[in-house]
Amino acid sequence: MSTALLTPDVAQRVLQAALDRGGEWAEIFAEDRSTSGASLDDQRVEELSSGRDRGVGIRVVVGETVGFAHTADLSESALLEAVAAAASVARAGGASKTVALHSGGLVLPTAQILPETIAKQTKLELLFAADDAARSVEGGIAQVSVGFGDSRRRIVVANTDGLFETDDQVRVRFIVMAVAMGDTGLQTGYQVLARTEGFEVLSEDIVRRLAEKAANQAVTKLSARPAPSGELPIVLAGGSGGILFHEACGHGLEADLVVKDTSVYSHRVGQLVASPGVTLVDDSTMGGEWGTARIDDEGTKASSNTLIDDGVLTDYMWDFLRARKTGRSSAGNGRRQSYQHLPMVRMTNTYLLAGKERAEDIIASTERGIYVRQLGGGQVDTATGDFVFGTSESYLIEHGEVTEPLRDSNLIGNGPEILAKIDAIADDFSMTVGTCGKDGQQVPVGCGQPTMRITSCTVGGTA
Amino acid sequence: MTSQLETLAATLLSSAKENEGMEVYVARGSETEVRVYEGEVESLAAATSAGIGVRILHETPDGARVGFAWAGSLERDVLEETIAAARDNALFATPDPSVAFAVPDGVAPTSVNLYDPSIRTVTTEAKIAFAMELERMVRSANKVRGIRSADYGDSEVEVALASTTGISTTTRRTSASGAVEVIAGDGDEVQTGYSYTAGRSFSALDLEATATDAVARAVSMLGATKPASMKCVAIFDPRVVAQLLGIISSALSGEAVVKGRSFFAGRIGELVAAPLVTLYDDPTDARAYGASIFDGEGLACRKNALITGGMLNGFVYDTVSGRRAGVPSTGSAVRGGFAGTPGPGCRALVLEPGTLDRDGVLAAIGDGIYVQSISGVHSGVSPVSGDFSVGAEGFIVRDGKLAEPFREATVASTLQKMLSNVVAIGSDVEWLPGIAAGQSLAIAEMSLSGS
Repeated sequence: MSTALLTPDVAQRVLQAALDRGGEWAEIFAEDRSTSGASLDDQRVEELSSGRDRGVGIRVVVGETVGFAHTADLSESALLEAVAAAASVARAGGASKTVALHSGGLVLPTAQILPETIAKQTKLELLFAADDAARSVEGGIAQVSVGFGDSRRRIVVANTDGLFETDDQVRVRFIVMAVAMGDTGLQTGYQVLARTEGFEVLSEDIVRRLAEKAANQAVTKLSARPAPSGELPIVLAGGSGGILFHEACGHGLEADLVVKDTSVYSHRVGQLVASPGVTLVDDSTMGGEWGTARIDDEGTKASSNTLIDDGVLTDYMWDFLRARKTGRSSAGNGRRQSYQHLPMVRMTNTYLLAGKERAEDIIASTERGIYVRQLGGGQVDTATGDFVFGTSESYLIEHGEVTEPLRDSNLIGNGPEILAKIDAIADDFSMTVGTCGKDGQQVPVGCGQPTMRITSCTVGGTA
Repeated sequence: MTSQLETLAATLLSSAKENEGMEVYVARGSETEVRVYEGEVESLAAATSAGIGVRILHETPDGARVGFAWAGSLERDVLEETIAAARDNALFATPDPSVAFAVPDGVAPTSVNLYDPSIRTVTTEAKIAFAMELERMVRSANKVRGIRSADYGDSEVEVALASTTGISTTTRRTSASGAVEVIAGDGDEVQTGYSYTAGRSFSALDLEATATDAVARAVSMLGATKPASMKCVAIFDPRVVAQLLGIISSALSGEAVVKGRSFFAGRIGELVAAPLVTLYDDPTDARAYGASIFDGEGLACRKNALITGGMLNGFVYDTVSGRRAGVPSTGSAVRGGFAGTPGPGCRALVLEPGTLDRDGVLAAIGDGIYVQSISGVHSGVSPVSGDFSVGAEGFIVRDGKLAEPFREATVASTLQKMLSNVVAIGSDVEWLPGIAAGQSLAIAEMSLSGS
């Protein structure tokens, strides 16, 4: 249990050592992560894998500098050695402050069925069911790969302000990739289900539907025509990927970039940065979503924060250190890939609130454009706001109707410009999942949005 | 230290049960990372890490099955737990006649030197000073408004790999790098530029060239506008070419081919590229960042010809994908550290250079675009279908020279067409971090999408 991972007594002594060595503030982050995974490829269970990663990362702050060290050895002597390494940025000096920790108490995982209690054979049966469902789809399915993964991550965070918090995070993920072959070559379909919940979210029915969806996507794309090239209106289906917001403005609202003036949204709080009607929220409290957790990786309680309200920029996302410097409190956005990484400002579940229009009306009122049902990944340069995001399922809209499927392409735009070009927001809403990369660290995030239209965006096709 | 890891691997192997195969990968490393901002150390991280990856193999009448487990620790109880987990996992795999561990194949390892002991003598102060100087140099340049980051990093890693099939190797590797991201501005406009330097030792880093390059990449983009859509010849920057080769390498993986996930499948001996295209994967070339003595299964790395004179010559295989295809391993197993299992991949791709330098390529092409950087590679390119569409920034090329800059555009084609439409390959080979070298490369018939 997490109490055995790092006790308040040991934490207190290690933190005190950090202050004694001249640290102004210090933190211990202990993590014990177990993962298991299985993949079915080419109709064979190729490999089951299990992983275990356990260790402690220690931060010591002196002035503008963060000293950081981590160790996989959880003994008190190893922690004291790590704290000495992390505190090496400090000039020696006696601390006047005494550390007193206030334990937040024991936390149990919210998952109903812990994946570790499920027999491996039961997990494999789901893989075979998904494979079978994908191959049952007609039209040229040539290859299917299916993967299942789960993780249990127990963390303890303690700092010299007296914080001592724990969490026990359980996640499951199921992935299907289908390849279809036809006269036009190969095409792929991809679906993922990922939740911060237990095995209760998976069933044979659920994975079969996921697999059919991936297979249909691949088959449909065999008859897809090249995407157009140039500027066109884009209708994004609800839940097709809030990645647009994640990239177009989410990253630019991360305080670490904002305070360095490396975001187009620096110094813009209170200003209109999007079309009226656009309300953007980052919310780590959403039940079971991929970016959800009880506390962030600095021990701050989860919360729901409005970033853009009816088009007006209201706040940025904050982690502990950046907030402390600014004299405010953390918004709960301090996240890290593992104990081996420094936390930084990261999104959790970021979504655009639903509007009032009907999705079908938005399509019907679009003369010619692109209907995007699923987005792939994306990327942004926060300083300029220029971003790209890829389509993995899209169609042409002609005379207000969704017509032919299109091959995958990237869409490109500029964040602030695109936000001002949103002219219709529907009353539907759904979430998708992603893995967000920043400075080489990967964290799970959720994205959400209703069906909506952007009046013009550059489509990077060839036709 | 090397012998310690080697001994540990051998000791663990001796715990293999009579009827099972075992492969043990143990690694230990240390690293430093410095980030500076406004003349202060923003963060200084120093850490060591260690871990193990174990594969257990059971033979059955229908073939072998394998299970894997890893742990980020080399403590005794953890090692035992990990081996037990791998053993249990093996019970659930599907028996497969293609599954096997690598067996020594008699190919002699090369003597590439990947380890520079001087990395240990560099003081923390010198590392901080490097990052500080990188920041100072870029900030003193005209039109630079700030930086996003200025970093120094180095690492040292030792790996021992041993198996019950007779594999026993150890390697040590060092690396050092510096990187900076610059923000340049003019009026309301800002542009960013990123550059880096990397090598096997601190002294191999080129601070000045990195600072100059990052500044040039940002400043030269000031004034960039969205270009008009057109079909044109695109000349790609060496760094972009290295990215392109990285993508193409996924389709040259023997595993992707045998599993029907490569557009190259079934095309050996056919012309898949313009005749001037010859592509090698050569980890035995010491100049390559990805140079390596042994592959991820402990076989000697070797030079593999993938495309020769435009003709598809071969794929890269590890043991399992090779057996599936009925060919021997090409010594091309790669693995992502102790937490990863081996699979075929490239380490050191390089195109046979042409005779023209970058200016020569520009002059030969005359009119088109020069693509300085691309974005959205993971979302817009499929090594399965070959569909290619990425965000692009760069310059219009007019009369053989770089003209005005452009941004907020995409370039698109298919990887198949791009290979066939290569019209010039530069002589300006740059040995870059990652799995491929780059040089100037011109490809005809690219679709530029702008306004």
